[in-house]
Amino acid sequence: MTESDSFFETPSPTKYKGIWSWLITMDHKRIALMYLFVILFWFFGALILGLLIRTELMSVGRTIMGAQTYNALFTLHGVIMIFLFIIPAIPAIFGNFLLPIQIGADDVFFPKLNLLSWYLYILGSLFAVSSLFFGGPPDTGWTFYVPFSVSTKTNVSATLTAAFILGMSSMLTGLNFITTIHRMRAKGMRWLQIPLFTWSLYATAWVQLLATPILSITLLLVLFERIFAIGLFDASKGGDPILYQHLFWMYSHPAVYIMILPGMGVISEIIPVFSRKSIFGYKAIVASSMAIAIAGSLVWAHHMFTSGMSDVAVFVFSLLTFIVAIPSAVKVFSWISTMYKGSILMTPPLLFSLGFIYLFSVGGLTGLVLGSAGTDIHVHDTHFVVAHFHFVMFGGTGFAFFAALHFWWPKIFGRMYDFKKAYVAATMIIVGFIFHYLPMFILGIMGLPRRYYDYMPKFETGNMLAGIGGYILIAGIALMFFNLFASFKNKRDAEADPWGGTTLEWTVPSPPPLHNFIAPPEIKDYPYDFSDVIKKFKAESTG
Amino acid sequence: MKITNEHPHVISYKKLIGILIALLILTAITISVSMVDLGKFNVWAALLIASTKCTLVVLFFMHLKYENRVIRISFVVTLFCVAILIGFIFWDISFR
Amino acid sequence: METHSDTKGARLGMWLFLYTEIMLFSGMFILYAAYLHKFPTDFIEGGKELSLVFGSVNTIILLISSFSVAASITALRKNSRGLAAGLLAAAVAIGGIFLINKYFEWGQKIHHGIYPNAPALVNGPTGENMFFGLYYVITGLHGIHIIIGMVLLSVCLVMILKNRIHSGNDGILENCGLYWHLVDIIWIFIFPLFYLII
Repeated sequence: MTESDSFFETPSPTKYKGIWSWLITMDHKRIALMYLFVILFWFFGALILGLLIRTELMSVGRTIMGAQTYNALFTLHGVIMIFLFIIPAIPAIFGNFLLPIQIGADDVFFPKLNLLSWYLYILGSLFAVSSLFFGGPPDTGWTFYVPFSVSTKTNVSATLTAAFILGMSSMLTGLNFITTIHRMRAKGMRWLQIPLFTWSLYATAWVQLLATPILSITLLLVLFERIFAIGLFDASKGGDPILYQHLFWMYSHPAVYIMILPGMGVISEIIPVFSRKSIFGYKAIVASSMAIAIAGSLVWAHHMFTSGMSDVAVFVFSLLTFIVAIPSAVKVFSWISTMYKGSILMTPPLLFSLGFIYLFSVGGLTGLVLGSAGTDIHVHDTHFVVAHFHFVMFGGTGFAFFAALHFWWPKIFGRMYDFKKAYVAATMIIVGFIFHYLPMFILGIMGLPRRYYDYMPKFETGNMLAGIGGYILIAGIALMFFNLFASFKNKRDAEADPWGGTTLEWTVPSPPPLHNFIAPPEIKDYPYDFSDVIKKFKAESTG
Repeated sequence: MKITNEHPHVISYKKLIGILIALLILTAITISVSMVDLGKFNVWAALLIASTKCTLVVLFFMHLKYENRVIRISFVVTLFCVAILIGFIFWDISFR
Repeated sequence: METHSDTKGARLGMWLFLYTEIMLFSGMFILYAAYLHKFPTDFIEGGKELSLVFGSVNTIILLISSFSVAASITALRKNSRGLAAGLLAAAVAIGGIFLINKYFEWGQKIHHGIYPNAPALVNGPTGENMFFGLYYVITGLHGIHIIIGMVLLSVCLVMILKNRIHSGNDGILENCGLYWHLVDIIWIFIFPLFYLII
């Protein structure tokens, strides 16, 4: 296998060269890299927006921007982070790249649809950015709650259209993955031989498929309201604004699991590899992925405890919410048990994974505070909520994304990065993260509402600390990406299996050739059998 | 070129016409039931007949009866999801 | 690159897509259920104003079109290409008739001053405003789906005539047919919920 056979050198279809070999490619690996490129672009953009928000909040009164700008920034920060980064990040980049390889296929089932999803993503992001420049940036927050989203004069319509189109893109990706997993597994791979990352994508794909249309129709209805003023959510015309919140969270709560499940899949791949030990409870993790997908769809109204819905609903949804904690905890215990008595090899991806487990656990447990109706009434819509979901979304999915970047970077690009800088960056990110978000829990309990432009002087210390933490965090992220991008100067000499992995992607060269497999892959009875890896490393160490 | 086409199932014209007639009869029934005042059961009767018609269309016109397990199960799961969403909303609206 | 001709997989993909459509419309039916629960009498008054004739005719012809699409697949598999094309053309034509009916029905309503945000609705009983709001949104969305379905079936028709769809390769026709049946199913539910409610 020579270097020139990698998918970088062999465009598909073969007749196109240069930029066209990317823009109209059907190769899942190239599409994944195109996603990587644009998603990172938006991620950096939204990070800067977030930093500006926190800078504004560092001191009482006007710091760097006016109130309307502030409203626009937190709306766009939310919309971009949710719809353009967290939802697509792991499935669209790593899912596209690795799912077919992990199941021994040469591509996804619908390659053209895959490319279409990418273009829908681009179209949606163009709509999102256009709302910045035409008609005034939206100021509703990413939740688009009625009646404000219907009555505000800013250009919410463009943002709604953006979210609608991005939803379609996400839905089609899910559709593609389900079909691929059902129809294209290599001969001999039964369901319980599928790697856990692919399993988590499978569970995610079902949620994407069944929940996203609810968001589409909800956003469409708000658009109709803005154009035709039907009054479906307008109390003065007989409508019920709380129904909007129901419809919105029917999607957006399951969407939380669209965001976190792939991240959990990443961690389930990384932990066993660097523990040199089979994953603890493979079936339990598979079952908990599916259980999260199902149970996560039943609890949407716990976002609405203070909205004025019935007390019975508050009670029922609060009770159901606790059920979701169980499968999530199963996963956390499985990861920890995997490491127990393992032969642990510290690497940057593992460090990020450990950060994930810790931060996600904090986020998950504070979620229970919000899930119990009694305490939620106190902290609802305060900074406590902001801290909670950033612990889960950023500390969870974000860290899983960073871990995945470091884990599969040599596989995707064939180049290894510098470990020392990666460790420094990871430490800075974790420390900065805790400094940034921990004060928000306290601020929330003290009573600082979210989305407020200004606050009382007693909140200033906490906000100042959070701001400083934010700068450390951003510096860490900058160093991390600098380190990753610096690897492009290195020679392309990463081994097929630099870590000692057992799943199929480590059996193909780095970067993989166009058709992924040169010979039909050999399917092992169990995807996490490390006996061969241990033998190989023992032989190397004894020389 | 990898071809994994299965042998397609052919449903006879006779069967299809039978289904169509059944559907038209059910339409007539649902219209006539709606003329009778059953109170709130009118809605349930209408939904029951509509579901029956839907079942006929799905099973025979859409060949679900002859489909593999994956599609059959996932279709039921989807309907279950719809039922959950509509049902759970009543935790709120019927106790407000 | 290896090309796949895996009709089973393509059909699975099509069904998955249909699920998204089902969920899309179920969002509307959730609203319907909630507002029916809130305004039962106003919904009955609203239902009385809709034309039972238009609704019934549209239901019947849509069922017939569904039948002809299903029969068209049978015809194709029995190698009677002309019949298959004819049945498909009939289905497309029925879709057109459906839309024309809808056009007159909507026109009549709008003529009577019943349209979104009309003064008569906004100042009238709030439940009726909800009823007609939902009526316009749901039938409008359904109409868009009819148009998409007609386009899909027309493409199949052309492909049959060009012999690109034949008894050995009818996956596309079957998938487009599935879409058309789904549009029919949605109407099967719209019809009693709006026209027959008393």
